[in-house]
Amino acid sequence: MADIATHEPDHAVDHGHHSSTGLSNNKLAMWLFLGSECLLFGGLISTYMLYRGRVQNGPHPSQIYDIPFTSVSSFVLLMSSLSMVLAVSSAQRKDDSKTNLWLMITALLGATFIGGQVYEFTTFYREGLGFTTSLFSSSFYSLTGFHGVHVSLGVVMLLSLRGIIKKGKITGDKAEVVELIGLYWHFVDIVWIIIFTLVYLIPS
Amino acid sequence: MTTDTETHEDLHEHGMSDAGYIKIAVILALITALEVSTYYVDFGPLFMPALLIMMVVKFVMVVSYFMHLKFDSKMFSFLFYTGLGLAIFVYCTFLATFKFFIA
Repeated sequence: MADIATHEPDHAVDHGHHSSTGLSNNKLAMWLFLGSECLLFGGLISTYMLYRGRVQNGPHPSQIYDIPFTSVSSFVLLMSSLSMVLAVSSAQRKDDSKTNLWLMITALLGATFIGGQVYEFTTFYREGLGFTTSLFSSSFYSLTGFHGVHVSLGVVMLLSLRGIIKKGKITGDKAEVVELIGLYWHFVDIVWIIIFTLVYLIPS
Repeated sequence: MTTDTETHEDLHEHGMSDAGYIKIAVILALITALEVSTYYVDFGPLFMPALLIMMVVKFVMVVSYFMHLKFDSKMFSFLFYTGLGLAIFVYCTFLATFKFFIA
């Protein structure tokens, strides 16, 4: 009994806090959070699908979408998922320098995607598509804007994580912390996979 | 270049090596290129089903391999796919209420 009491805290520190299922509580919480995020983006996507034809006097989606530009943005975000998974892989090999490098690359790719979105929003606004121009514009900006906020938060998390790793301030399982941020990052990528197809490639 | 030790650790932790992740990324990039090609090439009646299938394939590949659901506990898959399934059900019902699926 005494042995168990002595060993349990060590196990928790080395591999994160575990539940009675033997699984990490942190990972369970993250997957539950991502499951709930499906409901958030489901609402935004379905609202867009419903209103995408309601353009009133504003420009029509086919008049303003720049598919080659958005395709490049999509490719950038897709490649950021690769760099993120390589960061997780490096963290699990306890290779801090490579982990930092891949985290930095992921953050840069994410920032590039956000830069592209800011450029796209600015262009659309100049072409007469404001937030309140039509039901289409409101639902479009809400959906892609919420996604952009998620990516921006992801970039902040990646840069913070990089700083924390460099200062050696992570007390538990470092690889698990990187993996948790990675799960969030991949989630914003899969949401974009859906947005890219349903919003940009399928005409209204 | 990966050593035997690295490969062993990769397989132990993720079920895939770094080279495996790169292969998955190349496949995802090719599918994206194919998706974009539907904007320029007329696929006729296959346009919509092809796009939706490619979207689902990309989604499943990222979730299974990059997010490790294929190699992780089934509990994580249950939590995520329950949320996803609930979202699809709720919002398809919502769209059906507004007669979205009626041409």
